[in-house]
Amino acid sequence: MSVPRFWREIPYRYRLIGSYCENCKETFFPPREICPKCRRAGNIKNIKLEEEGEIFSYTVIRTAPPEFNTQTPYVVALIKLKNGPLILSQVTDCDVEDVEIGKKVRMVFRKISEDGEAGIINYGYKFVLAE
Amino acid sequence: MRKVAVIGVGMTKFGELWNSSLRSLTIEAGIKALNDAGIGGEEVDAIYTGCMSGDMFVKQGHIASLIADYGGMLPVPSTRVEAACASGGLALRQGFMAIASGMADIVVVGGVEKMTDSLGSQTTGYLALAADQEWEAFNGATFPSLYALMARRHMHEYGTTEEQLGLVAVKNHHNGSLNPNAHFQFDVSLEKVMNSSLVADPLRLFHCSPVSDGAACVILASEEKAKELSEDPVWIIGSGQASAAIGLYDREDICTIDSTVNAARAAYKMAGVTPKDIDFAEVHDCFTINEIISSEDLGFFKKGEGGKAVEEGLTSLDGEIPINPSGGLKAKGHPVGATGVAQAVEAVIQLRGKAGKRQVKDAEIGLTHNIGGSGGTAVIHIFSR
Repeated sequence: MSVPRFWREIPYRYRLIGSYCENCKETFFPPREICPKCRRAGNIKNIKLEEEGEIFSYTVIRTAPPEFNTQTPYVVALIKLKNGPLILSQVTDCDVEDVEIGKKVRMVFRKISEDGEAGIINYGYKFVLAE
Repeated sequence: MRKVAVIGVGMTKFGELWNSSLRSLTIEAGIKALNDAGIGGEEVDAIYTGCMSGDMFVKQGHIASLIADYGGMLPVPSTRVEAACASGGLALRQGFMAIASGMADIVVVGGVEKMTDSLGSQTTGYLALAADQEWEAFNGATFPSLYALMARRHMHEYGTTEEQLGLVAVKNHHNGSLNPNAHFQFDVSLEKVMNSSLVADPLRLFHCSPVSDGAACVILASEEKAKELSEDPVWIIGSGQASAAIGLYDREDICTIDSTVNAARAAYKMAGVTPKDIDFAEVHDCFTINEIISSEDLGFFKKGEGGKAVEEGLTSLDGEIPINPSGGLKAKGHPVGATGVAQAVEAVIQLRGKAGKRQVKDAEIGLTHNIGGSGGTAVIHIFSR
């Protein structure tokens, strides 16, 4: 991955910035340029999302592509953010057996992957169990 | 709109075909279909070929030209169609529209994928290209993991069980054992499925369709040409396509695939039929949970009851609505770009009454359902004798 491709998403990946449509009063993550509900009538603004939420669904990945191979088994979950949208993220720092639908989680900042031996290191959000 | 018929079908065996290349597979299926139709390449007005990712799997772009060239079809206009795993179904729809609109009288619709030329470790990543790269794959989501998220939620909301997920594989393997073109021509026990290794919980190896090579082809014709050339044309009476959010994170409900619901509505309306009129269906079982979810979204069962339906045998060959008589993606194999076209091949063979041991009794109307990615695209066709 080229450096700019990662760099241009930093606000969203590091600080959980989403989109808010002032017309529909709806929040979206990842960010969007057009509101999918009211389209061009919408007025999209950046919004800081809540860093807490609960697990909506989850899986434990046992077979992964090369850049995630060293991390298996790891948990990928859909998380319902407090007052916000669903977000797909890893749930980390826990025994994979402890993850359940409905459990509360909070965001942390982590290394996501390495782009080969000489490429950039990708950072971003993961979540941890809050209880 | 003009009527559209299928007058010829052909496919390669699906499987790990080490001796065949992308181009040789495509040509083999094409020649079989042209022979079946009894026509020559000079009568063809256009070629549409579904191929998800020849670009990655064999590092070949410009596949449309390659196929027309090596198929000996120059200078027929050739178009490659891509919508992830729905590429084949979408190619069929392009061919359907070309004839329905009057732009063409005879069209070759192909589908192909040569997957085993890339290393196994890379294949997982290439398949994940169908997902949102920036916000799903970036975070470590694999393709099976997206369906695993749907499966877990379906189990949570409706009480669908791991056994029911497994029974889809048992059924489709049985059907595949009766299909000489299937990748896997053997039965599996529920115990074997339940003890297979975990890929992405709760999905195990035997809940997943395999990585296969293969190609399929159908020859479409206008009503006038079909009556002139064919004694047993099969008619495409409905075609529907719809898009939905590419990522799971933007879905209202991950136990339903909206693109299937919307494409089905369009296809049923065009055909003037309801789910009750369908005698059998080839459903996109890339993972066994998808057959369960899709059998609900297609209107065969109420939401949440797809798992129970499999358990009760309603979707078996001799059931109320046989699903995947070919063995489905699970057992017949899933060379992604070929899948949608291979579903059409099976529909035609069934409606001709030539499916041998896996023949669905008195089949008059069949449906094919092809999904791209985790549901970002769905393409549905309805066929009639």
